[in-house]
Amino acid sequence: MSSAADFTQTNQTTPDAATQVEMYRRMTLIKQNDEASRKVIRSGRLLMPYYSPRGQEVIPCAVSVNLNDDDTICTIYRGIHDMLAKGVPLKALWAEIAGRITGTCKGKGGPMHITHPSSGAMLTTGVVGSSMPIANGLAWAQKLDGSRRITVAYFGDGATNIGAFHESLNLASLWKLPVVFVCQNNRFAEHTRYENCTSVDQISKRAVAYGMPGVTVDGNDPFAMYAAAREAIARARDGAGPTLIEAMTFRFFGHVFGDDDSYMSKEEKAAAISRDPVPAFRAKLIADGIATAEQLAAMEAKIADDIEEAIKFALSSEVPPPEELLRDVYAEGGA
Amino acid sequence: MTSQTKKTNIIAAINEAIAQAMEADPKVLVLGEDVADREGGGVVGVTRGLSTRFGDDRVKSTPISEQAIIGAAIGAAMLGYRPVAEIMLMNFTTVAMDMIVNHAAKLRFMSGGQTGVPIVIRMLTGAGIQSGGQHSDYLEAWFAHTPGLKVVAPSNAEDAKGLMLSCIADPDPCIFIECVRALGNTFEAPVDVQPIPLGKAKLVKEGRDVTIISYSDIFLRAQAAAATLEQQGISVELIDLRTISPWDKETVLASVAKTGRAVIAHEAVRAFGVGAEIAATINEELFGALKAPVARLGAPFTPVPFSNALEQHFLVKPEQIVEAAKATMKVAVN
Repeated sequence: MSSAADFTQTNQTTPDAATQVEMYRRMTLIKQNDEASRKVIRSGRLLMPYYSPRGQEVIPCAVSVNLNDDDTICTIYRGIHDMLAKGVPLKALWAEIAGRITGTCKGKGGPMHITHPSSGAMLTTGVVGSSMPIANGLAWAQKLDGSRRITVAYFGDGATNIGAFHESLNLASLWKLPVVFVCQNNRFAEHTRYENCTSVDQISKRAVAYGMPGVTVDGNDPFAMYAAAREAIARARDGAGPTLIEAMTFRFFGHVFGDDDSYMSKEEKAAAISRDPVPAFRAKLIADGIATAEQLAAMEAKIADDIEEAIKFALSSEVPPPEELLRDVYAEGGA
Repeated sequence: MTSQTKKTNIIAAINEAIAQAMEADPKVLVLGEDVADREGGGVVGVTRGLSTRFGDDRVKSTPISEQAIIGAAIGAAMLGYRPVAEIMLMNFTTVAMDMIVNHAAKLRFMSGGQTGVPIVIRMLTGAGIQSGGQHSDYLEAWFAHTPGLKVVAPSNAEDAKGLMLSCIADPDPCIFIECVRALGNTFEAPVDVQPIPLGKAKLVKEGRDVTIISYSDIFLRAQAAAATLEQQGISVELIDLRTISPWDKETVLASVAKTGRAVIAHEAVRAFGVGAEIAATINEELFGALKAPVARLGAPFTPVPFSNALEQHFLVKPEQIVEAAKATMKVAVN
């Protein structure tokens, strides 16, 4: 994995060749992982609530290549892409999804509550909007520590209509916390279209109300997203406070696996899928001479193998023993 | 333990506990509405002097944003800090219930033990001062019903200090209930208060005939009732629960096993209250040893009223506790 520390001291806003390839690797991992997840659920091998991130791959990849391993993130139930982009290991992730003792959370969190602090993945919440108040707390600790660590809070466009968003942005700005708020605007709050539940045409405008910079960016454009993330992350690291990034994207599937997505326009969906950002970036890497088709094919094959191996590992792992039901409710040895 | 005592009150006791913890551990933080000295050091002055002594970075007044307050406490706790968050009044926890119940309480379990949330959430509450329906409720049963939380409700200054020290040191989230009517009461307390273990009740007075179990402000009424009963020749064993979750089954069951009679009194509405859990446990564990049905006293099933005339009927009175205890003595045992 490339480390953001390699470039944080420069002002470059276009990723270098190695970073571009790394972004593509993470995007491909997310895309393939999504395809594998849907296949596994459809085949009946696993039962779980699954919120596909397909179509939103670019955002966390462009953010994460600008983060260090010890920077932290909080995300939401549609957050497997954020977790993979931050480096949560595939085997432990799959074992968690499968409810096995070898999972990140011993099978006690599940796909909606992936946590892996050693990757900086501190929280996946199942509640819309709840990544933000806790991200503030992580950032507060990082600031008190006198470190240059920062926190990224991921959430969707629907979350900007819940009170926690407004309370969190106000506090983060007031306390100049090292936090970046990344709104993945996929145009739908569960089943409701953006314009039918949101009072402003751009979420970034809401940043004005909290005295912080707000920017709307094409979240499916790897370079634009990279530049926006890089600037906001540098601002947070330098102690200049939070930023709200509205990353425009589109969810390829319904809210949750298996739902009837008739509330989405077929034409709009088809158009978004025809602009699939993952193959588009692949073509660009080849056209720009950043990588060859053979190199990328080898990378893709390796990822496919890794996913297959992770699924095998997960499904062959033990389930949690019954005593895990009562463990971790309180600290061991606590009252 | 020193034998030296001093006159003090609950406000000063909690203030001393937090200051002592902040002095000992630089990771202890305070946050909440108006808690810094610029804002008066808290609505009743519990945190007065702390920001001046420990600095504005460690003692932070916040916007009126209960979700943001608890969220900030949770996040900081996940990275090694020990925040003491003030939610001014217990009713205002309703605004932050997602943070408290879905997050603070569950993150340890849902992460398989990877992330703990060592926070203290302090709050004032209590009827009897004509604050009306949204500033007075005892909601401890909600929190006690939530796995992952601990719930503490001291009735006096010494316990307030000793329990606060333990809550701050505890690895898990603690709900700390400060009883509004007793805040200004003067108590005799040791100069040097030691941490009081959570989950440990206090056997305040030994007796033979009936066990009275209570906590927080109503404990003071139970104490008055016990004195009346003693004058009437009924020997009362008096227990101050102090910690509601986890509650001290051992002490309560040992006492009721001895007396064969139990009266539980609390301020919260009786229906579905803490008293129901304790009564059910006594029935399950001591069915054959009971000489009378377990009596439960709490508020009637109604919101806290404003008018003093009504509010006085809302709160459990010492005379009701006396009557309930005497009623248990009159039950004919087959």
